[in-house]
Amino acid sequence: MKRVFGDRKTILILLGPTLVIYVLLKIVPVMWSLGLSFFDGNSLSGFTFTGFANFGRFFTDPIAIQSLWVSIIFALLATGGQIILGYLLALLYVFVLRKGSAFIRTAVFFPMVLPTVAVALLFRNLVSVGQNQGPINDIINLFGGKSVEFLASSVGTMAVALVMTYWSSMGFYAVLLYTGLLDIPDEVIESARLDGANGLRLVRHIVVPLSMPILISSIIFSFNSTLKVFDSLLALNNGGPGTSTTPLTLYMFQTAFNYSDYGYASTIALMLTILCLLFTLAIFRSSSRKAEA
Amino acid sequence: MITRRSRRTLVAVSLAAVTAVTLAACSSGSGASSGNAASGKDPKAFTVLTANENPTLTAELKELASGACSAENKALPLKSQTVAQADVVQKVTLLASQNALPVHFIAGTAMVTPSGDLGKNGLVLNYEKELKKLGVWDDILPGAASTVTSVYGQMVSLPYQYNIEGIWFNKKIFDKLGLSEPTTFDELMADAGKIKDAGYTPFATDGKDAWPVTRLIGDYIFRSMGPDAMKDVQDGKAKLTDAKYVKAAAAVQQMAQDGYFGQGFVSTDAATATNAFLTGKAAMMYDGSWLLSNINDKSQDIIGSDNVGLMPFPAVAGGKGSIDQWPANAGAAMAMNPKDYGPKVGQWLKCIANNYGALALKKDGVVSGFKINKTVTNVDGPTKMVQKKVSDIKQTVLWFEALMDAKSTSLAQSNVSLLTTGQMTPKTYMSQLQAGIDANK
Repeated sequence: MKRVFGDRKTILILLGPTLVIYVLLKIVPVMWSLGLSFFDGNSLSGFTFTGFANFGRFFTDPIAIQSLWVSIIFALLATGGQIILGYLLALLYVFVLRKGSAFIRTAVFFPMVLPTVAVALLFRNLVSVGQNQGPINDIINLFGGKSVEFLASSVGTMAVALVMTYWSSMGFYAVLLYTGLLDIPDEVIESARLDGANGLRLVRHIVVPLSMPILISSIIFSFNSTLKVFDSLLALNNGGPGTSTTPLTLYMFQTAFNYSDYGYASTIALMLTILCLLFTLAIFRSSSRKAEA
Repeated sequence: MITRRSRRTLVAVSLAAVTAVTLAACSSGSGASSGNAASGKDPKAFTVLTANENPTLTAELKELASGACSAENKALPLKSQTVAQADVVQKVTLLASQNALPVHFIAGTAMVTPSGDLGKNGLVLNYEKELKKLGVWDDILPGAASTVTSVYGQMVSLPYQYNIEGIWFNKKIFDKLGLSEPTTFDELMADAGKIKDAGYTPFATDGKDAWPVTRLIGDYIFRSMGPDAMKDVQDGKAKLTDAKYVKAAAAVQQMAQDGYFGQGFVSTDAATATNAFLTGKAAMMYDGSWLLSNINDKSQDIIGSDNVGLMPFPAVAGGKGSIDQWPANAGAAMAMNPKDYGPKVGQWLKCIANNYGALALKKDGVVSGFKINKTVTNVDGPTKMVQKKVSDIKQTVLWFEALMDAKSTSLAQSNVSLLTTGQMTPKTYMSQLQAGIDANK
């Protein structure tokens, strides 16, 4: 095996095609988009060079700034919830259900395989009011409350979007973290128990530190996917009411394809890339410091 | 849902698409050839791009191809393509930049105006000039022609529909409550109050699509400030933040706060709203004359077509507008590509102008902007009523967003849910919209 990978020709033959496809489909468009962010217009009206004007526009565009915050807040809340719920589930699998967790694991994981748009339509109907009132409001009515139109307010829409995200993805993070927990040697936990560490203390001082690497990767993974949230918020309420739950991705899409403003849309895409990069770097830095300590 | 799925796919390849588009842009930089539009070359087929949401048009053109226009179809066979309404601007922009526009295609409102992307590049045929050459200009109803010209700034769309908009109402409920057709906005509000007290929803409202709500703001503006009110805003002669414009937004906000649109209207979709009206749960519904296809469908219309009435948006006390200025539109823009406009395409155009009006009315009860050249019998009652109203119209007005750019239109419609739920003041709503319009100048 070592001889095979030591041969440059082999490496070239094995990696070459993939690399070419990757560069053509990924790097070239990204560079192209980067270039476009200095232009104004679209393919039909033609492009005019505007220098950094699009960047100036981004920081003075109230909708862009609002979208930036929607993306950040959604990413923070979604990641926090996903990881905490996933971790709690993983602990449940390992310490409470033990060998019998297979069924629950599958059941909780199941929503992950459903298309996001279908899930969003499901939740739309769950919280709907009026002619076709959904079960959530029926329950509220049952307890004497008045029907709430969740999707008419930003907070309501955001809350529904978050619950939806938790429901559909916590099973995935639970499985991811579960495998991390399985890697902790039984002897370590056993000896900690003998030393008198139980329950919360065991989790806090033994389990969490030992599963830190997988926890960090889960957080990075989750951040990067939730920062790029698009389909769930689009299908749930089209980024509304108003533009109050429009994330950067959706705003970018609308700018490019509904308003035919490719240049500015590329600028928004670039800002999103920078944002993802910053988040990843921040997490890596804090985690490497922790690993040293 | 199909739209959403395709959007999802689209964003996945959006980066790649941007590249492709840009590559294509390099090759088709030169444009303007509108001067000698008629000298185009016939393509291999009469390709027509229509919206998924409008299957009627596709079906009727096919019917023409096998019937009245079979000779034209033999010379140049009809080929249908469709696109989701929401993706029209994107698809047409792409096709145009790749020099691959179909002969006859749907386009976004702002694209075909003289300053729009297609208009600027000479990619839309001037129908008035060509139809006159073909000797069939008379086949376009003057009202429809003037509506097309006032929306798009030039005669660049064929009026496959000629819609008027107003308030559909349930005569039975009105009779039961002893109400008559209101002629002023105050009367309308008073009636709505009585209807609500009687346990009906006053206005079935498709708040999810938002336009039925913004239309009310527009109509109020046209009634209070006259038919040129929105043009004045576009020309910079007036601002949406002027007190009278803000008052329109406030009036509609008040309607929502009074519960006249029904519970949960913000997330109610078109099908649910139509159903509420046609099953007698709601007494009124603001919609266009295209609702006729639902009303004439016996399986949908439970209240009976005799019980359906249509009234214009009422007058506003002391306003400059008049109740008989109906809001009208001529459907989505259906343009023709001048580069493909050869003699055979011309024959197709002539045949459509000659025959479409009668066919659409006979087959689907659609009132179009084409003259009806054959007598059509067995027209449904509600269709007859609309036809009568259309023929009596002297002056029409546009709709709220008609002259706005794509982004301002989207802003007007997305923010209206914030306005009606009281999360945004009428003043803020109008000032954000004005800022959007200003930014596009």
